[in-house]
Amino acid sequence: MRPFTFERATTPEEAVSAYAAQPHARFLAGGTNLVDLMKLGVETPEHLIDVSKLPLNEIEPTPDGGLRVGANVRNSDLAAHPSVCRGYPALSQALLSGASGQLRNQATTGGNLLQRTRCPYFQDLTAPCNKREPGSGCSAVRGVNRDMAVLGHSEHCVATHPSDMAVALAAYDAEVEVLGPEGVRTVPVAAFHRLPGDTPQRDTVLRPGELISHLTLPPVPAGARAAYRKARDRASYAFALASAAVVVALDGAGTVRHATLAFGGLAHRPWRARTAEEALIGSRAEPQSFARAVDAELEAARPLSDNAFKVPLARSVAVHLLTTLTARADDTPNSAAGI
Amino acid sequence: MAVDDTTTRTDATAQRVLGSPALRREGRAKVTGTARYAAEHTPPHCAYGWPVAAAVPRGSVTGIDDGEALALPGALAVLTHDNAPRLGEPDDPTLRLLQSPRVPHRGWYVALAVGETLETAREMARALRVSYAEEPHDSLVSADHPELYHPEQANGGYPGDRETGDFDAEYAAAAHRFDLTYTLSPLHNHPMEPHAATAVWEGGHLIAYDSSQGATLVGQTLAALFGLDPKQVTVVSEHVGGGFGSKGTPRAQVVLAAMGARHTGRAVKVVLPRRELCSVVGHRAPTIQRLRLGARDDGTLAALGHEAITHTSTVDEFVEQSAVPSRVMYGADGIRTGHQVVALDVPTPSWMRAPGDASGMLALECAMDEVATELGIDPVELRLRNIPEREPDSGKPFSSHHLADCLREGARRFGWERRDPRPATRRDGHLLLGTGVAASTYPVLVAPSTASVQALGDGSDPSYHVRVNATDIGTGARTVLAQIAAEELGVPLDAVRIDVGSSDLPTAPLAGGSSGTASWGWAVHKACRELRESGGSIVTVDTTSDVQSLEEYARHAFGAVFAEVAVDTVTGEVRTRRLLGVFAAGRILNARTARSQFIGGMTMGLGMALTEHSSLDPALGGFVEKDLAGYHVPAHADVPDIDAHWIEEHDPHLNPVGGKGIGEIGIVGTPAAIANAVHHATGRRYRELPLTPDRVGVLLVE
Repeated sequence: MRPFTFERATTPEEAVSAYAAQPHARFLAGGTNLVDLMKLGVETPEHLIDVSKLPLNEIEPTPDGGLRVGANVRNSDLAAHPSVCRGYPALSQALLSGASGQLRNQATTGGNLLQRTRCPYFQDLTAPCNKREPGSGCSAVRGVNRDMAVLGHSEHCVATHPSDMAVALAAYDAEVEVLGPEGVRTVPVAAFHRLPGDTPQRDTVLRPGELISHLTLPPVPAGARAAYRKARDRASYAFALASAAVVVALDGAGTVRHATLAFGGLAHRPWRARTAEEALIGSRAEPQSFARAVDAELEAARPLSDNAFKVPLARSVAVHLLTTLTARADDTPNSAAGI
Repeated sequence: MAVDDTTTRTDATAQRVLGSPALRREGRAKVTGTARYAAEHTPPHCAYGWPVAAAVPRGSVTGIDDGEALALPGALAVLTHDNAPRLGEPDDPTLRLLQSPRVPHRGWYVALAVGETLETAREMARALRVSYAEEPHDSLVSADHPELYHPEQANGGYPGDRETGDFDAEYAAAAHRFDLTYTLSPLHNHPMEPHAATAVWEGGHLIAYDSSQGATLVGQTLAALFGLDPKQVTVVSEHVGGGFGSKGTPRAQVVLAAMGARHTGRAVKVVLPRRELCSVVGHRAPTIQRLRLGARDDGTLAALGHEAITHTSTVDEFVEQSAVPSRVMYGADGIRTGHQVVALDVPTPSWMRAPGDASGMLALECAMDEVATELGIDPVELRLRNIPEREPDSGKPFSSHHLADCLREGARRFGWERRDPRPATRRDGHLLLGTGVAASTYPVLVAPSTASVQALGDGSDPSYHVRVNATDIGTGARTVLAQIAAEELGVPLDAVRIDVGSSDLPTAPLAGGSSGTASWGWAVHKACRELRESGGSIVTVDTTSDVQSLEEYARHAFGAVFAEVAVDTVTGEVRTRRLLGVFAAGRILNARTARSQFIGGMTMGLGMALTEHSSLDPALGGFVEKDLAGYHVPAHADVPDIDAHWIEEHDPHLNPVGGKGIGEIGIVGTPAAIANAVHHATGRRYRELPLTPDRVGVLLVE
């Protein structure tokens, strides 16, 4: 087998300095993606630093009313935590819509952010892929690209980021806390993943040796409602064709006073829809203005040969979420009768 | 309920044993992990093989540099077309492995790395430098492909093209004409257990543990390939984790393992990687099916045209027989059925659960639904009106035919009479609800088999020993065969020991074509009867002459599937709410395992309708979906409410056990029932499957 060395870190600082000593190291947490990729030969680390035993398992309230989540908190535990279910329901929904029960039990918060694209060409060593092998070309751009990006892609890479969790985090304005050789810094989740440009091999803005230690979720504006919706090929265990996370609050007159919207399945990163948000804030809470705002965002979409459906799908999901979150409870038509 | 008055079996003991929901005999071994599958046999000094798949879509290997691979610690050998054992000419050209540098499609095996461990072999395979002369390739079938031709035969030995009456005249004169084209993606079998084999040579004797649907055929094939007498080969397929047709023929893993073992002098184990199964163990070929139906005002068919276009590979001709069910189902004065195929640079298609019937009935039964809707006739009633007196194509009488009972019983259980036929009128919030129905059919096949039974007669327990090289691919075959023996011997089930799954046992045909239980069961039944009547201690029988003397009847199982779906107007997601099948498949021998087979088939049909598809890459060649995260078989959440029932059918013109075969009919009919329900929900016809959100589309925005 391809040899690699292994060590287990006991503190975050120890993990970071261990990385600095090894040019081709990877941090290993839940392993649900990294180990698969090592078996495929896509990832070929020479040294693994096990960070799964680091004491980063707490979910704690912050003084300002938000939450701080340790990077080793399992996806299942985060989804089920009362503070998350109560205060950040879109995050819980996003987590539960991802992967399978077994994977969620194993996968960590930090690892979820760092999972790699499921582009089939990225995983196939016999196919050109700029993300896996820079300069070799992109097989997907003119290949089977139904599942690929419609926003922010480049001729070098059309892959999407697969995480559901990250989409909800982006909508909640969460921040990633990282520890590196130069100390601690924070990066907004919405700016954590990169667009591919001509360096698609770099998924995130993490610098070599930086370790995710925590996520922080700021408090949600009073009266805000939130939800995550994912469209997919089967009812469970399938990546998003398109998804959206919405956090929205109205004032007493039915005008949008706070709105954040993020898309999944459309781009190389969770797509924070700033253009739509600007159009939403101050507008009437009604389907027509929601549609106009979302259309303004999706004007930038550049579908590939097989994935034009993603644009109306994402639009529909976002408008539906905004509409149902701002509707009164008795608005939903329900007339199921007969078969 | 349909009960044929020619019932012959009245034995009271038999009624208790046969048909009862007896527990799977190997169930405990399987759930406790002691049942050993092919890859779980590890002879002493076992080495591991890892195959190397071609990285070009067409061409030839020009060089293989194995220096780096063989330098790895634990490396044993690299087999290529240059040094691999020469094989005899196989009947199945996909087994001509490592015999020439030719690459007929991406994923074709060009080498086998053998190492001390699995990890070493895998790393060796990765370190191999294979160079190719690549040639232009073509991997996409289309209705106007210039190289389409009419094959003489389609899979199953059916004539490629048939016509009864004058189709053109009947169609031209029909009061109502429907010309509809249905397109179905390629599909993959993907059994839970990947194809695996462990092979070892003991002197001149080859022993192979193989994941197969028929160890007799694997043994005969290995004997031919390696120039051995069949007696010099033992193939064991004791437990098999599904196959769905992809293990019905001998596959690369057992040939490579045997080659690797001969080359290295070691036992060699080869497990085909999941990612490579799509390229080397067959698939259901894509089809483009044109249905032309000419109907009278009352919905009866005057003309039925069914023309199927499909692909095969350049390695072998396999033609998915999609038009064949239209030779069976409905009476029409003019019937034209035919196939066209093009040989492309693609992996070789093969059997996937109900080949021809599953794909063909999708098209025929969706078209029938379109006729029903257009003419304002209830879809159940339309089918009842079109049931023929005799098999339309052959003119033969049916041995039994209870489609009408299945439709009526299914309608009753499903609550069909409450159905409002108007499409797109039932809502549940932003969901549109609909129901649909389709008929099922599958031919009754049977093959000669041998079997033996011995009365141990020494007070030992169990007291009878049945031996037959049947294969239990998870269906419950060994349980059902023991029930057949116990019934015929007139003893409790526990008194019968049964051995299956080894080519050292009396030879038997494979588990395929829904024919296993009929074929093996006939031999077991015959052996037990002869033992009982002779009072001897051991009997071995062969049913060749019995099978050959079957009377001329058209023998088919039939069924009806009902589906209720919810279509999300926001996303275009289709989810099944209810699925009900009612089948007439002769005598049901074990209520528990039969139900499992029916609902398993129906679940696979659900996948065919809604979630499963494979894509051929036009530029790279080969299939794109390579794992179970990308190839979407239904998850539990997709199958909320599923049930199967059966009509008691006593058909005197079958085998003496009375079963028609149940392994495949569950999948047939299910895709069309779901697609028809989607039309009922949405008012839209989707003629390209599966019905994933990209195809269904957003139906309602605000």
